[in-house]
Amino acid sequence: MTKDNDPATLRQAYENWRNEVLARTAAKWGRSLEDMPKSVYTPLDLEDHDYLRDLGFPGQYPFTRGVYPTAIPGGLFGVRQYSGFGTAEETRDRLRYLIGRGQAGFSLASDLPTQIGYDSDHPLARGEIGRIGVAIDTLEDLDTILEAFEDKTQPFVSRPSFTANSQAAVIIAMFVALADKYGVPLENITGTIQNDILKEYVARGTYIYPPRPSLKLVGDTIEFCAKRMPRFNFISISGYHIREAGASPAQEIAFTLSNGIAYVEEGLRRGLSVDDFAPRISFIFASGILFFEEVAKFRACRRIWARTMKERFGASKPDSQKLRFASGFAGSTYTSRRPLNNIIRATIECFASIAGGATGSAVAPYDEAICLPTEESSLIALDTPRILGYEAKVTDVNDPLGGSYYVEALTDQLEEEALSIMRVIEDMGGAVAAIENGYMQGEIAKGAYEQFKQMESGEKTVVGVNRFETEEFTVCETFRLDPQVEEKQLKRLAAAKKRRDPAAVRDSLKRLRGAAERDENVMEPLLDAVKRNATVGEICDVFRDVWGEYRPPQGI
Amino acid sequence: MARSSTEPGKRVRVMVAKPGLDGHDRGAKVLALALKDAGMEVIYLGLRQSPESIARSAVDENVDVVCLSCLSGAHNHLFPEVVRKLREMGAGDIPVLGGGLIPEEDRDFLRSEGVAEVFSPTVPMKEVVRRIEELAQR
Repeated sequence: MTKDNDPATLRQAYENWRNEVLARTAAKWGRSLEDMPKSVYTPLDLEDHDYLRDLGFPGQYPFTRGVYPTAIPGGLFGVRQYSGFGTAEETRDRLRYLIGRGQAGFSLASDLPTQIGYDSDHPLARGEIGRIGVAIDTLEDLDTILEAFEDKTQPFVSRPSFTANSQAAVIIAMFVALADKYGVPLENITGTIQNDILKEYVARGTYIYPPRPSLKLVGDTIEFCAKRMPRFNFISISGYHIREAGASPAQEIAFTLSNGIAYVEEGLRRGLSVDDFAPRISFIFASGILFFEEVAKFRACRRIWARTMKERFGASKPDSQKLRFASGFAGSTYTSRRPLNNIIRATIECFASIAGGATGSAVAPYDEAICLPTEESSLIALDTPRILGYEAKVTDVNDPLGGSYYVEALTDQLEEEALSIMRVIEDMGGAVAAIENGYMQGEIAKGAYEQFKQMESGEKTVVGVNRFETEEFTVCETFRLDPQVEEKQLKRLAAAKKRRDPAAVRDSLKRLRGAAERDENVMEPLLDAVKRNATVGEICDVFRDVWGEYRPPQGI
Repeated sequence: MARSSTEPGKRVRVMVAKPGLDGHDRGAKVLALALKDAGMEVIYLGLRQSPESIARSAVDENVDVVCLSCLSGAHNHLFPEVVRKLREMGAGDIPVLGGGLIPEEDRDFLRSEGVAEVFSPTVPMKEVVRRIEELAQR
């Protein structure tokens, strides 16, 4: 046990240090003491701290030090590369490659038409099919992708991750339909789906319907999953995209947790008790390059969420109070100049997320800023946390930076800043209102522009970009999508449509429309529609018809 | 449709738009704000615009320059399509500029398709502004 000095003695000693030691350096630099940057943190920065109240032990309220009692369960977290491109066949083969190299499960990327609810044969899909992710038009496409697993039941229990938002309900229905097909009981299904529509209006842009019906659709999935798929993380609320779009760490916390509050309220509106569904809420945050601030951010997030869930929503299960998060490594910190430097950035960001208590991770390959990742860059990304865990052993202890005067002070400071932004949002009427009135979007655009100006002026250094530049330019190998992909996918879609029973599809879509119009939970008719091979586009069109489409305000 | 020629000293009217389905608008918004700060009139069209609607708005708004941003990889399809639509509307003289994640080897192709300039993320904003002003004068 450390012997704490009494505050008055400490303060006196600190003043002496400033006047005697720091002052000499200040004089050398030709600066006054007041102009010296704060260069050390001490217990004086934590005077109001109460260890048990503010930190406690890992796995215990308020979970500042982590949600699990051990550092990372089973040693190192499963690493999954965000992958998917072309048609279902290319993606299946890529997944096989990653699984063959030790990847557990998969993290599936869909192409933009799929993410915005357009079939591959929609005019707006031209040029985008199979890019940035795989095209999923019908249940058959997902079925083909999962052939990457030799054991047909494996994908359902290997904690897969789906990046699906506006069409998340459709993907959940497809996953359930395939589980039925291969005889996997729904209660055994594991995995995570993003299903965080609110941040799409703020940052990522793959919305379809207006915010309120979209939130209702998320509510339908919460209700369905809480009752039928208790082990499935039906939502992964994202700060990642908010931060990547230009938010500060404090805004990332505040916007994300405010969105989280809106989902909890939606679950409660369904008559669910908070402890019925809150344990399955998960998060994803950006792990940026600001090492200590990122670690502090993760700790502040956990503390705010735990207190919100307990004090505001009366959650009594510890699992309902735990903020579990995966981290995504910040592509926005990657540079296209000297791209191999991004491996160093990834290592720092990965270390921050481990030290900050992430329960999963996706390391972005170093060439992400320039091209779709190659097999080699993907492998380096997989190895990054392995080296940190197995060689550097940074995963051995929980919250290794807890107790650092600096990190604790940063944690408190971010918490305070985030809470005050959350109050602003609350006063507007909550997250949906703060999206409808453009508050979150506006703040992010301002932030992005400020950061840009700092970089252009040299106030913020980016190595190899605005400082230490060289003429030398490493060009990495650019991944080229097979130009035949569009045609191949169009053929797949046409063949799938030919094989199905058109009357059954029509009927199922009619039932779906009825449920949407009557404001009922749409999940059962949706499940029926995907089983009959209704397409993602046909399903989303039904909702477009009933709910309308979101039109963002023009201008910034 | 003829557009008014830009006299020196007149404020440059520029349109910033995201063609296609890509939702990454950080760069486009930063560009729009920076061009505003540089004294231009900026019409920000925002996400999910078809080449047709971008060309239509460019003509209706009588802009001097159109700036497109795409990060999804669909630029080789989308950028030339905007040029084509402008030509069809008799506004082929409005220069189209592109940016985003455009691999080096695609730049020549885009230029051959009539895209006036392709910027990489490493080009300083001063240079972007200078080039837009130059193109607007023509």
